[in-house]
Amino acid sequence: MFIQLVVSGVAIGAIYALVAIGFTLLWQASRTVNFAQGDFITVSAVVTFSLVCLGVPFVWAMLVTLVVSAVLLGYVVKRGLIQPLVERSQTTIIVATIALSFLASNSISTFWSAQCKAFPRVFGMMPYRVGGVALSRQHVWTIVIAIALILALNLFVQHSKPGRAMQAVAQNRDAARILGINISRITTMVFVINAVLVAFAAMLIAPVYMLRYDMGAALGLKAFYSATIGGFDQIRGALLGGFLVGIIETFSSAYLSTEYREVFVLFVLIAVILIRKEGLLGKEER
Amino acid sequence: MDRRSKLPLPLVRVLRWAAFVGILLLVPVVFGGNQYYMYLASLMCVHTIVIMGLNLTLGYTGQISLGHAAFMAIGAYTVALMTLAGYSFWLALPLGALISFFGGLVLGLPSLRVKHHYLALVTLGFGTVVYLLLANEHEITGGFSGLAGIPRPSFFGVSLASPVAFYLLTAGILTVMTALLLWILNSHWGRAFKAIRENDVRAEMVGVSLLAYQLLAFAIGAAYAGIGGGLIAPLIRYVDPTAFPVHESFWFLIMLIIGGSGRFEGPFIGVIAVTLLPELLRGVQQMFFVIFAAITLLLLVFWPTGLAGLYDAFFRRVLKRTPPQLTK
Amino acid sequence: MNPILEIKGLRKKYYELEALGGVDFDVREGEILGLIGPNGSGKTTLFDCVTGIQKATAGEVRFLGRRISGLKPHSIYRSGIGRTFQLVQLFPGMTVLDNMIMAVQESEGTILSRLFRRDERHHIEKAIGLLEFLNILRLKDQVAKCLSYGQQKLLDLGMVLMSDPRLIMLDEPMAGVNATLGREIGERLVELNRKGCSFLVIEHNMRMVMNLCTRIVVLDHGKKIAEGAPAEIQKNQQVLTAYFGG
Repeated sequence: MFIQLVVSGVAIGAIYALVAIGFTLLWQASRTVNFAQGDFITVSAVVTFSLVCLGVPFVWAMLVTLVVSAVLLGYVVKRGLIQPLVERSQTTIIVATIALSFLASNSISTFWSAQCKAFPRVFGMMPYRVGGVALSRQHVWTIVIAIALILALNLFVQHSKPGRAMQAVAQNRDAARILGINISRITTMVFVINAVLVAFAAMLIAPVYMLRYDMGAALGLKAFYSATIGGFDQIRGALLGGFLVGIIETFSSAYLSTEYREVFVLFVLIAVILIRKEGLLGKEER
Repeated sequence: MDRRSKLPLPLVRVLRWAAFVGILLLVPVVFGGNQYYMYLASLMCVHTIVIMGLNLTLGYTGQISLGHAAFMAIGAYTVALMTLAGYSFWLALPLGALISFFGGLVLGLPSLRVKHHYLALVTLGFGTVVYLLLANEHEITGGFSGLAGIPRPSFFGVSLASPVAFYLLTAGILTVMTALLLWILNSHWGRAFKAIRENDVRAEMVGVSLLAYQLLAFAIGAAYAGIGGGLIAPLIRYVDPTAFPVHESFWFLIMLIIGGSGRFEGPFIGVIAVTLLPELLRGVQQMFFVIFAAITLLLLVFWPTGLAGLYDAFFRRVLKRTPPQLTK
Repeated sequence: MNPILEIKGLRKKYYELEALGGVDFDVREGEILGLIGPNGSGKTTLFDCVTGIQKATAGEVRFLGRRISGLKPHSIYRSGIGRTFQLVQLFPGMTVLDNMIMAVQESEGTILSRLFRRDERHHIEKAIGLLEFLNILRLKDQVAKCLSYGQQKLLDLGMVLMSDPRLIMLDEPMAGVNATLGREIGERLVELNRKGCSFLVIEHNMRMVMNLCTRIVVLDHGKKIAEGAPAEIQKNQQVLTAYFGG
């Protein structure tokens, strides 16, 4: 039982971590706090689901979703909404993402469906048996895919030219500009990367949760908690925060109370803000 | 090019108030016969109160609260539980506002100390928690079945149960809350709020405590939501958690942006536009959520001062005079 | 003379870059102390650390004998240190008069009295007096952003004077100001100094510094390299090296 809980906590935490990493990347590159992050997940899941319903094989549906998400939630959102607001206050950008979230969830419930839909299970139902312990296929594959994605992202950030430019922008925008880095282009790239991460998270989470127009809200909030708890200014922070939130949530709902599992996470969040405001791994900003 | 009104200022103020109260009183004269319209008018008063509070928080000090639906729920459940237990509405309403106020202080203190978007995050979480509490603590809140049969109050022995009388109550409280907010904004606080908005670094360097002002603006905004909630309980005569989802807070924000955030008239204009347009066009309400959210995004990009800014532009460009200033 | 502001071992690091490497000096009661040094020597960082806008990494600042390092900027302001900025910082959408009143309203009473006490005639009178002294009274109902750069600098100075600070810190008061106005600002400073106000001034205009200041502190690469009367500083070999290179 304990091991299953750890695995399921880590699996859900891995998804939070994916979404939270996207979150922190947006923050670092453009000081955008994306309150529509959760709805990005819903939109991606709806696209995949619709394609599967039309008879498209899952793998193709997934690929199309990645492209649609990258273009619509990455490129279009950055160019059409965030770009014109960058010169104004950070508050304006936050308000815009809140309105975007409202727009996305209401569009889905109005034009698509307000009902729950069961998302197809890709990895099959039969659990893996490891030394007498049954492990859910879904959980195991979620962890494997999420970790692979995070490693790939890390390689990209550390060793590619655009990745290093991204880091430079995150650390010091003015210096980056002087070095001739095109900040706007880097920010667009970060939005696209975020959209891809979110689309992957959607494929992994939708089979576990039911697909519904408001499923993103809770997920986005959890990712936000994760980023804040771990530290907003780096990937490692979001990663740690994601796993922590997943595990706290799984264990508190197993041993304490299912109804109030959200409350425990919020308490941890407030405690972290009070004790170490920059997050567990975060650095203090100037 | 700018021409100012030639009337003396005190007279202008009296005339403005007379017009405000006159319009509020005209509503039952015209629509008094129609129960649904009276309900709608009362609801508009309630929403205006709530959004005035949000305007103080967001528009005047730049803090994002996503907990306004939750503060409203606090007011609504306080009034519902107390009046059902036999206590007076007139005791319950201020108490609900007070609880919301202190709730605001408790939430604001840790989050405002840090970075300014943390308040949005913490209030969003708070909204979820309040919703869960209301849904799960059946013993007290009735869970999803809610609390029914909330009585409408009376005022010095006069029953306010009829739709028109209850509308007059909400309109009266709206007037009081409007006057109170104007009074606050015309004190030194109003100037400090403006200074924070214009240049927060310099504001700190002239002795403004950002934390104190932002915290107070947020807590007062929360109290306004508490008052609104305290009115909605006897208006609908029934409360349940689904009336106060986190989404509702997003909706308040949208109404404020459409009306004009940071403008005193903003909440009034926003509520009127967002409530009346769907009524006039007789569309599906759900569809209008989508439309108004889209309008909000367009406004943010192209016309950030909202409809109030449109009305300013009308004064400046068409009438060629300075738009009326309600606050300093 | 008594020190009014004591700076001891003030250090500020940004990641691995050391902007201030342990600076010590005092501002004495009633003096005009000039703070000079090449660009990037840490002058403005020092101002920011003293006024609380940035947190020093180490060291201590005392004002009137009381420790102020670590306090929030608004408390430091209220304790009697006024400051202007290198790039003028005003409330651009507020009128000149409102800018002036804003500079003093938070210095008296409590936050509640600011809600209930509405009489501000004494503030207005004082603001008008100062605006007259600075020769910008006719602009009092103009919105601050409509003022010329020189007028904005004078308004900035006027705001600092509203709360009668014991110590005024000026960050390049002469920069971007024409000669006539510069002389005028200089005269105002001397006049205020005679009334008992102490000054800490960052300035690049050497002639102004040499004429105005009673003492000078020179910073280079975040360290104090010289301190003394203007005549001594002018002859100091280290200072010349810092400015003009080996």
